[in-house]
Amino acid sequence: MGDLSTISGNLLYAAFFIYLIATLFFAATIRDKKKSKSKMAGNIGISLAIIGFLTQVGYFITRWIASGHAPISNLFEYTTFFGMMLVFAFIILYFIYRVDLLGLFALPIALLLIAFASMFPTEISPLVPSLQSHWLYIHVTTASLGQGILSVSFVAGLIFLISQVDQTRRTKHTTWLEFVIYVIAATLAFIIISSTFNALDYEATFEAPVEGQQTEVTYEMPALAGPNEGVMISEGVMSPIFHAPEWMRGEDAAKKFNTFLWSILGGLILYWGVRLIIRKRIAAAVQPLLNKKVNPELVDEISYRAVAIGFPVFTLGALIFAMIWAQQAWDRFWGWDPKEVWALITFFFYAAYLHLRLSRGWQGMKSAWLAVGGFGIIMFNLIAVNLIISGLHSYA
Amino acid sequence: MKEITCECGHVNPEGTVLCEACGKPVEKNQHIDGNEDKKLLNMRYDGSARRSQTYNRTIIDKIWNFFSSVKVGVSLIFIVVIASAIGTIFPQEEFISSNVDPSTHYRDQYGMAGQIYYQLGFHDLFSSWWFMLLLAMLGISIVIASIDRFFPLYKTLKKQKPKRHELFMKKQRIFGETQADNIDIDRFKANLKKRRFKLYEQDGHILAEKNRFARWGPYVNHIGLIIFLLGALLRFVPAFYVDEFIWVREGETTLISGTEGEFYIENKAFTLETYDKDNPEDARFKEAIESQDGAIPKTFRTDAVIYERTNQGVTGADPELEPIKEGSATMNNPLKFDDYALYQASYQLNEFSEMSFKIHDSDDEESNHGEFTIDLANPQSTYELDGGFRVEVVNYFPDYEMQDGQPASVSKYPRNPAFVFNLYPPGEETPETSFLGIGANIDAGQDNQYKLGLTSFDVRDVTGLTVKKDHTLGIISLGGAIFMIGVIQGMYWNHRRIWLQPRPDGAWIAGHTNKNWYALRMEIEKSIEGTQIEAPQDQYEMKS
Repeated sequence: MGDLSTISGNLLYAAFFIYLIATLFFAATIRDKKKSKSKMAGNIGISLAIIGFLTQVGYFITRWIASGHAPISNLFEYTTFFGMMLVFAFIILYFIYRVDLLGLFALPIALLLIAFASMFPTEISPLVPSLQSHWLYIHVTTASLGQGILSVSFVAGLIFLISQVDQTRRTKHTTWLEFVIYVIAATLAFIIISSTFNALDYEATFEAPVEGQQTEVTYEMPALAGPNEGVMISEGVMSPIFHAPEWMRGEDAAKKFNTFLWSILGGLILYWGVRLIIRKRIAAAVQPLLNKKVNPELVDEISYRAVAIGFPVFTLGALIFAMIWAQQAWDRFWGWDPKEVWALITFFFYAAYLHLRLSRGWQGMKSAWLAVGGFGIIMFNLIAVNLIISGLHSYA
Repeated sequence: MKEITCECGHVNPEGTVLCEACGKPVEKNQHIDGNEDKKLLNMRYDGSARRSQTYNRTIIDKIWNFFSSVKVGVSLIFIVVIASAIGTIFPQEEFISSNVDPSTHYRDQYGMAGQIYYQLGFHDLFSSWWFMLLLAMLGISIVIASIDRFFPLYKTLKKQKPKRHELFMKKQRIFGETQADNIDIDRFKANLKKRRFKLYEQDGHILAEKNRFARWGPYVNHIGLIIFLLGALLRFVPAFYVDEFIWVREGETTLISGTEGEFYIENKAFTLETYDKDNPEDARFKEAIESQDGAIPKTFRTDAVIYERTNQGVTGADPELEPIKEGSATMNNPLKFDDYALYQASYQLNEFSEMSFKIHDSDDEESNHGEFTIDLANPQSTYELDGGFRVEVVNYFPDYEMQDGQPASVSKYPRNPAFVFNLYPPGEETPETSFLGIGANIDAGQDNQYKLGLTSFDVRDVTGLTVKKDHTLGIISLGGAIFMIGVIQGMYWNHRRIWLQPRPDGAWIAGHTNKNWYALRMEIEKSIEGTQIEAPQDQYEMKS
């Protein structure tokens, strides 16, 4: 069995690198001006994306066999699966509209998701009683597929915004667009910083009161913010610059806050580093590369189409199947648990998107911003609700 | 009703924007859909006469118009979204421990922000009157907006004629003029048929249409939502919905509350299994089990027998019970009988069932002046011992804890029992008082001659089961199913229409779809292959 989980891990690595190479080929479609050649780069790109997807399916199946249950039961497993569904959704929309640029943006987002997932405990974990149900597979996979398809809407929306926002002067649009790019940079920074300190086996241990008891808290990255009233035990490591505020009293609250600070700072360094080198807004620098390739109307339609396809899937998986399962496991189909509430918020948000688009004619820029907002909600539900707002679903 | 007769002869209801039959813009009504000075027609509801756009005089009109507005509907959605998000900032009241007082809990745990949260009532947001009101308004908006649009749109699409007015054609988003005398109409029709369009003809004018049913998707899904909401509302009717909770001790037979005295349950055994890294079956989780502080539960199970009372209604008589079902409830697998289901919801391990004590001399633990046993489910007030001693139970704390220097019980369940006894030696009138609990034996400060000692005890597990009867589930499921059908119907199919109008020097072609214009253009391009008809233009300019 141990072997199988090693194979599984290697397949995930392989899928990651195949996606990376596929991204490079999709990038090449921009540079090529000759039509025929550009088509070839795109074809290689999509072929690699499919191979990468199948490799990741291999990871999924082998891990399933090794653990005896579908690998969607903790934050690592769920997020990698979400990345996989994003790639799957991209492949579907690619074959409807054949837009190479979609790959150039969708695959890096999937790469970020998978890398992000790997920052969390990856060991195979057992299922607690409430998760022991076939509905685990049915509910989680469908919900995740729905989120994957909806995320393609964000990808297309982002392409629309980068290519269409007027970059000649500073507006709300340019500022928010830079903010979105900065958030992506901060995610990247989180991945880089976590893996670096992880590779260094960095540890700083504190003794701090948690709910009235002295508890040892171990940081895996240098403490910018130590636990409230924490005393450092480890020697020869950086002492905290300040202490977390008093209301952060959960066992890992200060630690998570510290990680968050590192990501924010790392993101700032990455973002401003690049921006100072190129001496203009990042989106302004990318825009000329896209302009020749982007048909705004088409990208807008892809963004909308992804919502049209993804919304029913998401509703089915994240609300209806979820309710059926909740009825079985917890004797009520709805309980206003934070994760449930945020799934409902996602549903409402995209319902509003569809009403605004179909009945009030919101298209183009407005629609694209809504798609970005929707993805923000999905990520909030994935990350913040799991790590900050705990509830019945928080399995990480 | 002031009817509008179009030049094509069709009589339209008041408020019509585009003639139902030929699509000619009704001049005085163009402001309704904002068509004045626009190059293109607003085709959202095919220019049909909607009540909300036609009347605005009486108070009923105003209410109707308010709720039928999509702007209002979307605003309500966003308010619900924001309120729901606020409801997740801190845990709702139902998720906090039941033995704390919410009025202080939020302040203690979350400080000032928590206090404000509590004072504003956000700790119970989802059952607050204003949240209910928001949902109700959303429900009303769904009903009114659907009725307002469905019937006019349905009529218009039913009455449409292939022969369209010139203005209608020209003002379509997809429009093209072809000047040619060799247009192959038969080929065009064949192409359309191959693409599964339905064809309607009138004096050489062609209307090709497909997937009109996709237009009904939104209305179908709204019906589903309404049924769902009504089902949820029925839960307030007791005949439809029972939600009770019972604790059942191992070996105990007890009435199942919520069943009106009809059913009883016997708890045969409660089992809690945990994952064990030494068990070969669980070995693959070794790493995870080791990294976790506590044990990871594997199963919660109650094995039980359900009894039906056969002499129900006979007052005063002891219940006569007949077993009707034997089975087990685990998480994800409720035990079902009659209309009810029992869900494994909670448990309590090692609750005390019996405690035995003996009386001995204070200075000699070996001596024995008599023993007695307390059944914790049914403690007596005095116990007469064989040796002539009498023990009086002065105070009983089932779940003992010291609070502010005073002994107190934090629950009524015997999880940590403690007693205050008055012990009367034979013939004595003044008792010796002592306090006795697990790991606590205090003789109240006096120089007691005798002492009480715990000799043995029995524990048992207690299972916590939710009792549910839910006749609304069928209605709610029906609503959910209809909603899904409607959403798929509306989202996965597109209503497409293509018009062809013969001209002296060729033909005009126009197209309309409710969504996915790119795909419509592709479809038109394929339909005109080999027909000499020129590809129409998309006259829409995106304003980004």
